[in-house]
Amino acid sequence: MSTAAQIVVQDLRLAYGHKEVLHGISFDIRQNEIFGVIGPAQSGKTSLLRCLNRTIDFTPDTRVSGSVLVDGEDVRQTRNVFSLRRKIGMVAPLPVGLPMSIYDNVAFAPRCAGMSRKSELDGIVEQCLRQAALWDEVKDRLDSLGTKLSGGQQQRLTIARALSHQPEILCLDEFSIAIDPVTTMRIEDVLKELRRNMTIILVTNLTQQARRLADRTMFLWKGAIVELDRTEVIFSDHPGNRQTYEYVNGIFG
Amino acid sequence: MSTPLTDRAVADGFAVRRATRPAWAVLGERALEVLIYLCGISAIVFVLGIFFFVFKEAFPILGNKQFSLSQFLFSEQWHPTSELNKRYGVLAMIAGTFSVTALAMVIAVPFGLGAAIYLSEFCSGRVKETLKVVIELLAAIPSVVWGFIGLTVMSRLIVKYTGAPVGVNVLNGGIILALMSVPIIVSIGEDALKAVPDSYREAGLALGATRWQLVWRVLLPAGKTGLLAAVLLGVGRGVGETMAVLMATGHAVHIPHSPFDSVRTLTANIAAELGEAPANSDHYQVLFLTGVLLFLMTFVVNLAADLIVRGIRRK
Amino acid sequence: MFTETPLVRRKLRQERLAKWIFFGMTASMIIPLVLIVGYLVERAWPSLSLSFLVDVPARGMKEGGVWPALVGTIYLVVLSLAVSAPVGVLAAVYLNEYARDNWFNRIINLAVINLAGVPSIVHALFGLGAFVYAARFGYSIISASLTLAIMTLPVIIASTREALASVPRSFREACWNVGATRWQTIKAVVLPNSISGILTGIILQVSRAAGETAPIMFTGAVFFKAVDKGDLFPYGLGEQCMALSMHLYTLSTQVPGVKESVPFATAVVLLGSVLLVNATAIILRGYLRSRKKW
Repeated sequence: MSTAAQIVVQDLRLAYGHKEVLHGISFDIRQNEIFGVIGPAQSGKTSLLRCLNRTIDFTPDTRVSGSVLVDGEDVRQTRNVFSLRRKIGMVAPLPVGLPMSIYDNVAFAPRCAGMSRKSELDGIVEQCLRQAALWDEVKDRLDSLGTKLSGGQQQRLTIARALSHQPEILCLDEFSIAIDPVTTMRIEDVLKELRRNMTIILVTNLTQQARRLADRTMFLWKGAIVELDRTEVIFSDHPGNRQTYEYVNGIFG
Repeated sequence: MSTPLTDRAVADGFAVRRATRPAWAVLGERALEVLIYLCGISAIVFVLGIFFFVFKEAFPILGNKQFSLSQFLFSEQWHPTSELNKRYGVLAMIAGTFSVTALAMVIAVPFGLGAAIYLSEFCSGRVKETLKVVIELLAAIPSVVWGFIGLTVMSRLIVKYTGAPVGVNVLNGGIILALMSVPIIVSIGEDALKAVPDSYREAGLALGATRWQLVWRVLLPAGKTGLLAAVLLGVGRGVGETMAVLMATGHAVHIPHSPFDSVRTLTANIAAELGEAPANSDHYQVLFLTGVLLFLMTFVVNLAADLIVRGIRRK
Repeated sequence: MFTETPLVRRKLRQERLAKWIFFGMTASMIIPLVLIVGYLVERAWPSLSLSFLVDVPARGMKEGGVWPALVGTIYLVVLSLAVSAPVGVLAAVYLNEYARDNWFNRIINLAVINLAGVPSIVHALFGLGAFVYAARFGYSIISASLTLAIMTLPVIIASTREALASVPRSFREACWNVGATRWQTIKAVVLPNSISGILTGIILQVSRAAGETAPIMFTGAVFFKAVDKGDLFPYGLGEQCMALSMHLYTLSTQVPGVKESVPFATAVVLLGSVLLVNATAIILRGYLRSRKKW
């Protein structure tokens, strides 16, 4: 794990209409680390991710200021926003199987990027489904509808889809909300594997999940950073901030 | 748990990251999006176009020294073909439109709302689905067929049961227009009732109210904006209807004094005389001017109705 | 123990009465209609036969069949929908998928609503001024079809929008997250999953296009044109044509001495075709709804 910063956020401010939800936060994320973001609901965690891959553009009446540099380039000024979104994989809280075959679900992103050779697509589909720990369950029915899978399977399908465009950065937004603990464990094992090739940002309400997986953790509360440090410090008896201790130990939030 | 495939991807050089879309696909998509945008603004283009072209044909008459706009709007005298005394007053037609539409609303609104209440509060399942389909089919009946029904069936019934001298009159047009407007009133009325939260109904039932009391004291007052919208949309439809009233209300150009009088509506007047007015004559231009008047009237009514309907459906 | 007091009995009676009153109001619209249709069929009976559909009018329109009018109506419907369906669908795609919520797009919405409320005679005036004269298409099928197209456009836009909006936003977000463009998302997910609603909306406008008289009366429909019996392509696009709606209107108001059953039969043919098409669309809609993919 190198200490080079891959993502540098400086003074990021985000407002929905008149309501400011991110109050000028600054932090950086290093290459190949698992970066945890914890905090109660409405802290701005999801909004932060959406600023990162520019899907904030799809929400009307938003104002963003500050800079978000990914590999030195400000995402707010990037020329090809689609290629940016392929660089960043995003897994949403609720599992979404697209209404098409499982094969097409995973092949969707590569096709959008311009790939069309069946042999290449076959390879990507198999690889991503294996990485998402779903291959064995669906390999004989790749033609069946993605929407007919169970919740846990659909979430793994979403992860496979996020991996299908070979992202350098993988963002997971409370990915385990709608799935059972066993599947969650399997995916956590996958994430530990995946970090060798990509940087992972793990947004979670489950503080223990961050403790298990993250190298460094950031505690975000009401749109401001309370504390950012190595995970061992955040979860120790003496983190830098009293509020961190209280949140992590369930005293509030 | 390092899988051979993961390592292969690393060695592979990231094929997806290198992939680019072919130029023709990108350009094609861009062109399609331009087309989509053009189609999107087409509605504005057409509305403005309609107003423009109708007004264009009507415009010359406004500059004509013998034509007076106030006479047009407020005089009952309509003699477009008279040699000596050309008069272009449409007041009688406005009265015709007004009387037929008003009568139609007096019939259609209570019955339409009654049906909406029945569908919304008193029935369900297959019966409801069937009735809704029937009402939808009712809405599909072409206006010329309605006019034909007015001209033949309704006219005979009216003469037989009311002893009126002719069967094509305000009453005939009113009934036909009512039957035509009912589906839209039922549809909007149902939406309005659906928008009233179930909690109102539950509270009423918990207090021991019967459904009748619920309807009368709770739902109708709560849904009154929606019901108003339904009425307005019905009025818009009534004012704009052409063929049915042309065939069912007769041809007399005068302000009606009873429902048994024949009248001519603004719309019917244009339809009846346009064929005979020589192009670009005064008569022709006045008919187009009537068209402008109609356009403005329905514009206002439909706009008001829609603003209200949007308010309901958003709930 | 539940005892039935007089108050409860009165309430139950009131409730039952209310139900019957409202049912009565509903039935009182539907039953007369059924009776009317029955009367129409009864009066039309002497003329109703297969040959009525295929024959041409004879003896100065007082007898014979409606073939040229039927074909003319089909031409008008097909041509007008060929224009309004694509434009309407793409316009709805713009409004639902691309348009931001600003003043400009609010005006577009306003325009669609107003277009929907324009009286049919005003459409006729527009068609006359714009297509017959200004565009110099003259009195022709083209002018009439274009006029009808503008009439059916707003409803197609509205029904397509509803179909598009029924596709959950979560699907679109999932596509955007992997770098798909708006069009790629629409093509892969939105359109295929709303096609049933879109098609139903278009089919329902067939009846509208077939039934309107005023817009075509002054732009390209005529009462009589010499056509051969059973000829499938009797009209050129630049010519005028006959149409069922126009035929019904003229037969019932301007031709004296017509055998009574002929206009009734014309009405039955027009009404029957319209109801048939709409019923098919409704059944199609029900079937496609049951095959939803999510």
